[in-house]
Amino acid sequence: MFFRTAWTVFRKDVTIEIRSRETLATTIFFALSVVVVFAFALVRDGRLVTDAAAGILWIAIAFSGTLALGRTFERERYTDTLRALLLAPADRPAIYVGKLLGILAVIFVAECLLVPLVALLFDTALLARPFHLAALLVSGTVGFAAVGTLFAAMLVRAQSRDVLLPVLLYPMTIPVIIAGVRGTAALMQPPPDEPMAIFWLTLLTSFDAVFLTLALWTFEPLMTD
Amino acid sequence: MTIDFDRIELSSVSRHYGRRRALHDVSLACEAGEVIALVGPNGAGKSTLLAIVSTLLTPTAGQVHYGTYTAASGRAALRRRLGWLGHELQLYPELTARENLRFFATLMDVADGEARVNEALRAARLESRADDVVSSFSRGMRQRLALERALIHNPRLVLLDEPFTGLDGASADVLRERLRALAGHGCLVLFATHEFGLADDVLDRAAIMRDGRIAALASAGDWRAAYGDAIGRGL
Repeated sequence: MFFRTAWTVFRKDVTIEIRSRETLATTIFFALSVVVVFAFALVRDGRLVTDAAAGILWIAIAFSGTLALGRTFERERYTDTLRALLLAPADRPAIYVGKLLGILAVIFVAECLLVPLVALLFDTALLARPFHLAALLVSGTVGFAAVGTLFAAMLVRAQSRDVLLPVLLYPMTIPVIIAGVRGTAALMQPPPDEPMAIFWLTLLTSFDAVFLTLALWTFEPLMTD
Repeated sequence: MTIDFDRIELSSVSRHYGRRRALHDVSLACEAGEVIALVGPNGAGKSTLLAIVSTLLTPTAGQVHYGTYTAASGRAALRRRLGWLGHELQLYPELTARENLRFFATLMDVADGEARVNEALRAARLESRADDVVSSFSRGMRQRLALERALIHNPRLVLLDEPFTGLDGASADVLRERLRALAGHGCLVLFATHEFGLADDVLDRAAIMRDGRIAALASAGDWRAAYGDAIGRGL
């Protein structure tokens, strides 16, 4: 029942997104805009600041991810469907998992466009170790979205939710962003520093485990009132 | 776990938001087959009361019993027996009528979901528009679909917040018939309304609410007079 509920919520979000393209389009547009602006801003004497590409990639993911988080729950708010979801006879964390999967799908699609763009604009060896990079991106995105989904759901009825979401989310996810940036920068070294990248990846996986456990544990009490 | 009940009872239920008392010391019992209207001016506590009975809100004090269960003891199994239709219709405008019903049928773990979806489309008189997106529907069509969405899992307790809002005369007649039929099948129906004229033919009792309290409980025949006495103005 848990996984069926999570899958049903995820499939519903994907169907709505395919039909409206609202969240995906704004997320991708915003993410690409961030990268392009930084690409122009950070060129010094025809060269880029060292490691800037890794930072810019993760800033674009964090900013556009925040946009996706807000939009996804805004949809549940204006139709009041969140109440209907919470009244389902399933464990409420299953609703959380379904929403989390939907948000991850949107951010992953954005990342598929972001990575080649960053590699191209910043002329970096970002794709030198594609599997390591993919592992860093997946684990970092899961950690970021796990916290973000919880906060976005929690703030759905708050009047100043648009302001509060980044204010709460960024301090909590700074460790994830730092680990993502450092791990990605390690992969961009000539030659790629694989042990360092794996160290940061291990740290990210630990963050994921902690954040997911806390979110699954606190979702029900946070959503009841 | 499957649970069922034929009575709900609220005992001294209060709900405070900081210093503001949205609901204060409310006691009310409702039996299977009964339709009870919550009537009263804005801010009387009708929606808060419905939210507490729906288990979405926890009372600050007091208890709600669903037969021998409470929200804490019944949990997911209890939610399976509740149908809720809010003031907002809780439908996804980007999905079709059929997709909305199918989604909620799966979510509510309805056995033989596809047959129930077709039945619900028939009851909402939307068979010919089943595969149209909800955003193209009129308010009345959405309201009919939302009601069937709330009833897709055959709940025992049906909670409706302002169900007559935006309905024309014919749609309101259909809704009244549907609510009477639900009561006839042993459901407990509790609804909040401002549309006093439209509620007349359907209710068995009215709980007249004012300032977070039940000011009076009246039967179908004399609730209008009781409302005048309790609220201080006639209808």
